[in-house]
Amino acid sequence: MTAARADVPSYAEPVLSVADLRVWYGTERGPVRAVDGVSFDLRPGETLGLVGESGCGKSTLGRGLLGLLPAGAKADGEIRFKGTNLLQAKRRDIDRLRGPELGMIFQEPLTRLNPLMRISEHFEETLRAHEPQIGKEEARRRSIDTLRKMGIPPTRYRAYPHEFSGGMRQRIMIALALVLRPAFIVADEPTTALDVLVEAQIIRILADLRRNFDTALLLITHNLGIVAEACDRVAVMYAGHLVEDGDAREVFAKPRHPYTRELLRSTISLQTTGLHYIPGAPPDLVEPPPGCKFHPRCPDAMVVCGAQDPVAVQTASGSRVACWLHGPADRIDEGGTARMAQEEISVADEA
Amino acid sequence: MAARSGTLRRYLVVRLLLVIPNVFVLLTMVFLLLRVAPGDPVSAALGGRLPPEELARRRAAGGYDDPILLQYWNYLSHVFRGDLGTTVSDNRPITNILVVNGAATLSLTVVAILVALAIGIPLGLLAARYRNSWLDVVIRIFGVLTYAAPVFFVGVVAIIIFTGTLGWLPSGQQASPIAQATVEPVTHIFLVDALIAGDTESFVDGVKHLIMPAFTLGLLITGVFIRLIRVNVAQTLRDDYVEAARARGIAERRVVFQHAFRNAMVPFVTVLGLQAALCLGGAILSETTFSWPGLGSQLVQYINARDYVAVQGIMTIYALVVVGVSLLIDFVNAFIDPRVRY
Repeated sequence: MTAARADVPSYAEPVLSVADLRVWYGTERGPVRAVDGVSFDLRPGETLGLVGESGCGKSTLGRGLLGLLPAGAKADGEIRFKGTNLLQAKRRDIDRLRGPELGMIFQEPLTRLNPLMRISEHFEETLRAHEPQIGKEEARRRSIDTLRKMGIPPTRYRAYPHEFSGGMRQRIMIALALVLRPAFIVADEPTTALDVLVEAQIIRILADLRRNFDTALLLITHNLGIVAEACDRVAVMYAGHLVEDGDAREVFAKPRHPYTRELLRSTISLQTTGLHYIPGAPPDLVEPPPGCKFHPRCPDAMVVCGAQDPVAVQTASGSRVACWLHGPADRIDEGGTARMAQEEISVADEA
Repeated sequence: MAARSGTLRRYLVVRLLLVIPNVFVLLTMVFLLLRVAPGDPVSAALGGRLPPEELARRRAAGGYDDPILLQYWNYLSHVFRGDLGTTVSDNRPITNILVVNGAATLSLTVVAILVALAIGIPLGLLAARYRNSWLDVVIRIFGVLTYAAPVFFVGVVAIIIFTGTLGWLPSGQQASPIAQATVEPVTHIFLVDALIAGDTESFVDGVKHLIMPAFTLGLLITGVFIRLIRVNVAQTLRDDYVEAARARGIAERRVVFQHAFRNAMVPFVTVLGLQAALCLGGAILSETTFSWPGLGSQLVQYINARDYVAVQGIMTIYALVVVGVSLLIDFVNAFIDPRVRY
């Protein structure tokens, strides 16, 4: 995959390179394949938006990158960060990377700070964990400095989390991730719990990041507007698979995968006159449908879609799409391009 | 920005003032509960043993012929003056019971709670950290057994083993008669008095006497502590800020102690206070089992003698202890948790 992208203008070596990542949770019914064969690269200063419906595996992917999967989850494949495969690294080594190299910003800022600890204690704990020799004054100076950039005044440095609003707490969480200058940050729906004005503020802060620190950012969201505004590239996830990824503007202007297209059509704006939605529900990840996971809900489904897994193809501009509409025609059996019978589509398990 | 909450000092002052209605309500309940019983304390305790004229004379002297509101007023004013009354059956001032027997109960319950904390906290933490492992299962079974086994049963079994078969530990009283006779009572807490007297031999003797009652009572609370610590730490280990701390690369040891354990202490301390109060009730059984001269065994003795004045006095002491303990617990919570403010 990395080699195939040689024609894409690349500014630097990827800081993060994910290849065929699989994450599954063991359940009584069998393994839930939350992430199933995901590959992508991320370069310094690049922001990749990861979009998809709830439950498509985007949060699992984000957590899996930092090794924060819950007990009972298994991961396989390769997460190469600056040359090390994180999936094979020791627990202690990952602890050492989390913070100064890998950062994470969470969805719920209200519950992410320890209610019994002052903001100052959060910062000093974090800095001391990775730079044991750091002095108290130095830690204080750096923390206040980072907080100020996030618009938190130094006078509030010794306050407790409950004394801040949700938007302020999210900015504190961002400062807490940034104080160690990580090379790569996962932001998992950082604005979902916040109102729109605060959302815009947070997005601006994240956009400033890559400009100022060359941070690579994986921005997980279901808000396509945020992706359009803040991301260089976008990856669309469905049922654990990346169905389409590429330059954000290009994908939005000309979605190739039917799922991307339907997702974009479902966006609500002031021009919306009627609500569009995708019939059916995301598939069961224990027993996903054969072939393309989207075919039971796909308005363009062909016979081949229900029989064979789609092959990802690369466009000249570097976009990738995994859909038989764009797939290699020579790999489709005779009659495979016939439209799938309409009944089969409506059989799709309606939510 | 969230409204700035009150300061710690403001909380402490308000909480201290709340003691007044607290005490008032509890004392009223103690007073009423003992007035619900039919008859008066004098006839209940001495009826049939003294001539009717003498009973009537003592009733009048004790104020039991007065209107109930007057009796209530007298009770309250006496309590506030530190006068808890005098027992009917053996004419002993209740304050003396408080000082002598209260000291015995205090040493028993304090050591029992220390035993429970020393066993319960580490076991609960281990069970939470290695949840659903065999270690967790063993610890949980141990917790249920210690909690379910009645004090008088465990106590008697312990006496049979450690006093009867092995002969290691004495089975009753705070100390052997000689030690009790030689140690000058200053605080009435035997171990402290032995230390003040510099009498090592008596001190060791006192410790030996304390081991079985304190462990029997302590084990009872240990079961509660194990479950409480386990469930709260297991909860905080799943909390969002714990995951966030891990995401910042904080070492696992620190995540468990600084984030999970410390935060689990907030609900734990609250229940610890309730347990300390319940311990007084548990102490009644262990005191009876080990003939420990504490408040509990006195209470049982006076109930059997139908001495309502003594019962009322001891209940009053219990009520005041409960008020004190809950005040202490709220103070501790306020120091741990910055959100506890008025």
